[in-house]
Amino acid sequence: MLIQLLSGDLPRSRALTAILVAILLGLLCAPFLFSGARPLNTAATICVYIVLVASYDLLLGYTGIVSFAHTMFYGIGAYGVGIALASVDEPTWGAIVMGLVAALALTVVLAFVIGLFALRVRAIFYAMITLAVASSFSVLASQLSDFTGGEDGRTFSVPELLSPGYTLMENEVFGRSIDGKLITYYIVFAGCLVLFLFLLRLVNSPFGRVLQAIRENEFRAEALGYRTVVYRIWANVLGAVVAALAGALMALWLRYVGPKTSLGFEVMTDILLIVVIGGMGTMYGAVVGAALFILAQNYLKTLMGQASEMLSGVPLLAAALHPDRWMLWLGVLFILSIYFFPIGIVGKLRLRRAAR
Amino acid sequence: MSATLPIAQADAPLPAARRDIAPLLLVPAVVLAALPFMSFPTWITLTVAGLAMGMMIFIMASGLTLVFGLMSVLNFGHGAFVSVGAFAATYVLLPMRGWLETDSLLANLGVLGLAVLLAMAVTALLGWAFERVIIMPVYGQHLKQILITMGGMIVSEQLINVIWGAEQIALPLPAALRGAVFLGEAAIEKYRLLAVVVGGVVFAALFLTLNRTKIGLLIRAGVENGEMVEAMGYRIRRLFVGVFAAGSALAGLGGVMWGLYKETLVAHMGSEIMVLTFIVIIIGGLGSVGGCFIGSLLIALVGNYAGFLAPKVALVSNIVLMIAVLLWRPAGLYTKGRH
Repeated sequence: MLIQLLSGDLPRSRALTAILVAILLGLLCAPFLFSGARPLNTAATICVYIVLVASYDLLLGYTGIVSFAHTMFYGIGAYGVGIALASVDEPTWGAIVMGLVAALALTVVLAFVIGLFALRVRAIFYAMITLAVASSFSVLASQLSDFTGGEDGRTFSVPELLSPGYTLMENEVFGRSIDGKLITYYIVFAGCLVLFLFLLRLVNSPFGRVLQAIRENEFRAEALGYRTVVYRIWANVLGAVVAALAGALMALWLRYVGPKTSLGFEVMTDILLIVVIGGMGTMYGAVVGAALFILAQNYLKTLMGQASEMLSGVPLLAAALHPDRWMLWLGVLFILSIYFFPIGIVGKLRLRRAAR
Repeated sequence: MSATLPIAQADAPLPAARRDIAPLLLVPAVVLAALPFMSFPTWITLTVAGLAMGMMIFIMASGLTLVFGLMSVLNFGHGAFVSVGAFAATYVLLPMRGWLETDSLLANLGVLGLAVLLAMAVTALLGWAFERVIIMPVYGQHLKQILITMGGMIVSEQLINVIWGAEQIALPLPAALRGAVFLGEAAIEKYRLLAVVVGGVVFAALFLTLNRTKIGLLIRAGVENGEMVEAMGYRIRRLFVGVFAAGSALAGLGGVMWGLYKETLVAHMGSEIMVLTFIVIIIGGLGSVGGCFIGSLLIALVGNYAGFLAPKVALVSNIVLMIAVLLWRPAGLYTKGRH
């Protein structure tokens, strides 16, 4: 049953299994393990990022397509739910579904058209075109302020069941009241789990094998009779749809959409860093990478702040260890990992097992 | 014995490729097409502004397209050179503030020239190091190239923040270049005139270097067929490093110009302009300097006209223009072997 759930793609390393189980349990029990809003927020962000990064890995790691438009689809999903909920007086589930359907339709059309247009040519061309399209889209989203709320974005209220003021039960469970926030968290968690398992299923299906064949040697895949363009466009559309769904979940969690959090280029570089550091071409890389990255983002800064204070006499080093400069170190790690372990953390862990 | 092959006369000209002039006509066509929609002075102002903007984009994009053409390396970190150039210029521009405030054009230009020289030296050096450390190990692997140059850009931007501080730096224009000159009723900003002149000089210099010197001949031959040039005994690697450094220096020059145009410097200014330069070199045809020049002017002019006539359309004018050009010529205006 477990093997079936994981589509036969087991972690294949004891250490990796331990890490994955720890992450899963940690996310599952996060509301009860930690108190306060910040850890829960971190946990929800990890959930969403795992799916977002995994869907990007479908393109980068499995098919060998470099796209810079992934945040665009993530943003479309987020804005779909956000605008739908912000434009109705009484937030209903119907509005969410409506917004989601509209967002998914737009995602499919855009992903298909861009894919059709640019995936026929070389990888590099696709990277450039998607970068151009995505940046135009993000400018458009921040300029059409009547519709999207512009730079400020939009805050909106969610259906009553999900709002923080709502309590399901009178008494507390394990010292935690069952409120709307908790319910939202579990919806996000379950949604992300399902999406992740779907992606795992996808890459281990015959379809996923063809994608990997395209990555390894496109010419040969074509010679074997697969229409590689069709497969690549499909992978592109599927990755985009999953990203849009992840965006919708994130919007539900934050009760806010804005260009910075959902469309910004920073999000795109975050995704790239996570995929490469976690390990390209394996879905588990997304899990490990996202968990590490978000934890670092939230807690490494504190550590760096202390180090920076200790070194406040040294001019450049203190500035380099300033909490806002944490991307510097991750960027260096990113470059080093492309050189020295392009298979990422997960690949390394699996390799150790294979060598034994 | 009577059937002899026609032998070409020794002094007959070599068979030349037919000149492809259709793209050359695009820019005048766009400029003229815009005239009926606005008053003459506005048209002059917008056209000069568009040309200035186009020249600045061209300066930043030319290095990128050459590097791609020669070694098929697409440097996603090119934008970092733009930022670094602009920030390096502050080492001259800020301490010599007094000179810039005097109303003498000569003193102003002297300081600017010094700043540009420093910026170009710094970015050329950085480009050389970038090529050695970041790009050399991943030749021929496009996927890794994209990723690693991206990483290079992230690190460079962060390093700018470390070295020059995270605050944005104000960079006012030199006194003599502020304001506008009037041509009849049309106002033309002085700085834009300077940008047009500098851009024109850079284009002319590039054009002459590529078409009239031996190095230029080797570069063009390298773009056409690198292996053949190598087989002839030229070290294309060394040539390439040189082109890369020169392209980075041009990006640095563009960065100074762009920074003065914006009058503020932020670390991510380079990555913002990157998108525009990518669109430009796609339109121009990857690897073609001439196409890149036309593409820059087109993008800037269309953007300016659209911004005046229909501001909302201007937001997507770049993409629309790119799609239109690619529908006409799927590989860009000029492609390898055609120019």
